[in-house]
Amino acid sequence: MRNKLAGVFVAAVGLLVHSVLLLGHHGAASFDDKILAMKGTVTEWVWSNPHCFLKYDVKDESGKVTNWAVETQNPTTMSALGWTRTSFKSGDVVTLTLQGVKNGAPIGRVRTVFFADGHVLLATGVTAPDPLPAK
Amino acid sequence: MPRRFVVSFVPLVAALMCLSGVTLAQTWNSSGLPRSAFESPEGKPAPAPPRDLTGTWDAGPGGVAGPGHVASPFTPWAQERLKDIKPGNGPRAVTEEFINDPLSIMCDPAGFPRLLLYELRPVQIVQTPNQVLMLYMFEKRWRVIWTDGRALPRNPDPRWYGYSVGRWQDDYTFVVETIGMDDRTWLDNAGNPHSADMRVQEQYHRRDRDTLELTVTIDDPTAYTQTWTPRNKLPLKRMPADADLMEMICSPTEAAAYKKLVDSQKK
Repeated sequence: MRNKLAGVFVAAVGLLVHSVLLLGHHGAASFDDKILAMKGTVTEWVWSNPHCFLKYDVKDESGKVTNWAVETQNPTTMSALGWTRTSFKSGDVVTLTLQGVKNGAPIGRVRTVFFADGHVLLATGVTAPDPLPAK
Repeated sequence: MPRRFVVSFVPLVAALMCLSGVTLAQTWNSSGLPRSAFESPEGKPAPAPPRDLTGTWDAGPGGVAGPGHVASPFTPWAQERLKDIKPGNGPRAVTEEFINDPLSIMCDPAGFPRLLLYELRPVQIVQTPNQVLMLYMFEKRWRVIWTDGRALPRNPDPRWYGYSVGRWQDDYTFVVETIGMDDRTWLDNAGNPHSADMRVQEQYHRRDRDTLELTVTIDDPTAYTQTWTPRNKLPLKRMPADADLMEMICSPTEAAAYKKLVDSQKK
């Protein structure tokens, strides 16, 4: 599947979020319903309360690079889902599905992480990997 | 020490260390029981020991109430108070820049009973001859519940976690009464308010050896027209006795870094 993802893309796959993510102290009101899928290169993984953060560089079709900061839940909740302090290192190439925010800023909430070696991490409330758009 | 003994002893110790290493590796930094522990139980559980809540208990996914709770109808006092409360969740949720949740934005203590109504993570219960101690993973807080027969204080200074006394209603049901809570705290993520007159009752019913049911009743006639029960027989499951709990602390430094990061991405 990943071969079809050659190159970097930014795509709104337009799926409606099945259920509003319940956790996260920053509430559901700021987040958009659309699910984005973006491939990029990890710049930093912050394992801390109240939310862990993954920062990664995403290049759009015009070649412009944007550093996105996307959050998960806290370390406790993520530990129970198999995430760790060392889940990411700088330079890792990952494809994420995420919920962006309504104002379009490069922030959001992670849903699925697809790693280059084929393993996958799921965020809170996500029961199966989101489908990726065919390229 | 005879040489023969040393020779046989060393490999034995090494083998034991290897074995115990495997076991010990599983006992640190537990975030709670696996989700499967909260699905239908296998077989008939062992009976509960009388007058004993000792152990570490986990409510699992049911303990974390992100959206908050549906409260009893508000009094005019509460409706006035709500004008200053801007939650991130629930029916009055505002967008991020307007949230003024004292816990999540400022790292104030959750306070009582929000500790039970929002992030009820694993809690270790310890009984001494005159107290029941509740040691919470979330915020790494503790509460003292006096069981020495004392009365609750009259007109006490407010506290984040109030003043608590407990008694055994029967051999398997422990009832806690708490007053004197600081009215700056919210009850839950939906920003349901409370007054300084609030009285909270917790009922811990040990249904069997492995299950503790928690019921929380809010009695606050200044803020609500009726009593209400945001936790109703919430089941908590017993964790292994060697479970070492994670820290789960709202650090002001980390919260500030989080806010700075979010703000910087918006520019």
